[in-house]
Amino acid sequence: MTPRSLFFDSESASKPPSALARAASFAIALLALSLCLFAAFYVLQYEWNWSSVFRYKAKFLKGWLATLGISSISLIFSFLVGAIATLCYRSRFLPLKYLANIYVELIRGTPLLVQIYIFFYVIANAADIQNRYLVGICIMAIFSGAYISEILRAGIEGVGRSQLLSAKAIGFSEYQTFRYVIAPQALRSSLPALAGQTANLIKDSSLLSIIAISEFTLNAQEVNAFTYSSFESFFPLAIGYLALTLPIMRLSRILEKRLRFET
Amino acid sequence: MNLRFEKVTMRYGQQCALDDFSLSIDDARCIALIGPSGGGKSTTLRLLAGLETPSSGSIQINGTEIGSSEPERLAYRKRTGVVFQAFNLFPHFDALTNVALPLEKVHGYSHSASIEKAETILEQFQLSEHRFKKPAELSGGQNQRVAIARALAPDPDTIFLDEPTSALDPEMTAEVLDAIERLIDAKKDLVIATHQMGFAKHAANQIALIAEGKLVETGPAAQVIENPQSPRTQKFLSACLSF
Repeated sequence: MTPRSLFFDSESASKPPSALARAASFAIALLALSLCLFAAFYVLQYEWNWSSVFRYKAKFLKGWLATLGISSISLIFSFLVGAIATLCYRSRFLPLKYLANIYVELIRGTPLLVQIYIFFYVIANAADIQNRYLVGICIMAIFSGAYISEILRAGIEGVGRSQLLSAKAIGFSEYQTFRYVIAPQALRSSLPALAGQTANLIKDSSLLSIIAISEFTLNAQEVNAFTYSSFESFFPLAIGYLALTLPIMRLSRILEKRLRFET
Repeated sequence: MNLRFEKVTMRYGQQCALDDFSLSIDDARCIALIGPSGGGKSTTLRLLAGLETPSSGSIQINGTEIGSSEPERLAYRKRTGVVFQAFNLFPHFDALTNVALPLEKVHGYSHSASIEKAETILEQFQLSEHRFKKPAELSGGQNQRVAIARALAPDPDTIFLDEPTSALDPEMTAEVLDAIERLIDAKKDLVIATHQMGFAKHAANQIALIAEGKLVETGPAAQVIENPQSPRTQKFLSACLSF
């Protein structure tokens, strides 16, 4: 093994880099990033105070579980909202189509922070929803639903015209065409993007901390306040989110690869 | 089979695929549509298969008008089979399901009866060993034979084939043409758009040459190919035979 082959990808696609080469290169990249971080703290001359933060580990866990719970429930509802929006968008009844269109454009065109404020102070107040968690789940479902609707719409539009023609020739009704031809293919091609959107949902739920929903980020901020520390608690926070998003992003990659081989 | 096109015009936006097209063929078992690409063969076939509605004019098959309302056309499509140039099998189903699903969902077979029937048909086309493979795992010729099996399985009156061998190499072409001959043996009425002049001549009773959205010439197969009357047909056939 030459030093070159340890750090460079070969030009031929048929020869992937060896496990050793991948491990070594990964370690170098990670080391470089860590060095940057250490250098930053060195410059700040920061006094670490991990022990006081460590005492609040139960609080971190509680917040992490809250984020997991809120994200999971929001995910289910956002799929529901997204699927309904997609069906409305495909409806031949034009007002419904425009309703779906306006919904998606409004949500995608405004920051989540603004949506949280409007939903919390205006809509939730007017509808007299007392439970903050319910409000949070509604906001995330509505927000993420718009993106999921776009993903599903792209998936549906990606099903080839020849497939539709074939379904028609077989004698499938419109419903059967959707059920047996469009939906399975669209869902399959949307899976990588949907997994990615799930990771986004988890990260975006951190903004719910501004309306005092006691999720992961809010708990971390509280620990910071209790311990008079500046940023010790942000590290467990980042790691906690990565523990959720990394596996999902990995899954998304795997799905993407499988899809490429299948078609 | 009798076919009648009366003053049929088919427009796609600005483009006119069939222009005041009239055609009348009686008592044919197998009709071949020949002519240059983009001349209107595929459009003619799609109209015949009830997949599209003409902009104007009327089309009759065996004395009945292809209905203009969607329920009528759906009922008509259930009685016909279509084979496409690019096979158009469903990529997420294996060969068996591709054949069996329409039987179960459209033609009222029970699940087990649909599987049984599909297996019998695939067997006829020597595809039994491939029945659990998906289209991506099959060769072009095998895919097209599955598509032919799918079209034949519900026992339709008529089968329409749109350039079924144009995407295939010579060996696969032979294997697919062989499968099409089985359809003729099974006493199905066929309409086939094709560039295979040899096949058209020996398998078809009637040939219609369509070019530039018009009918150029029609008649018994041997007559059109060996003794074409119109200069446009002569030009097309000499191009077909010169290389």
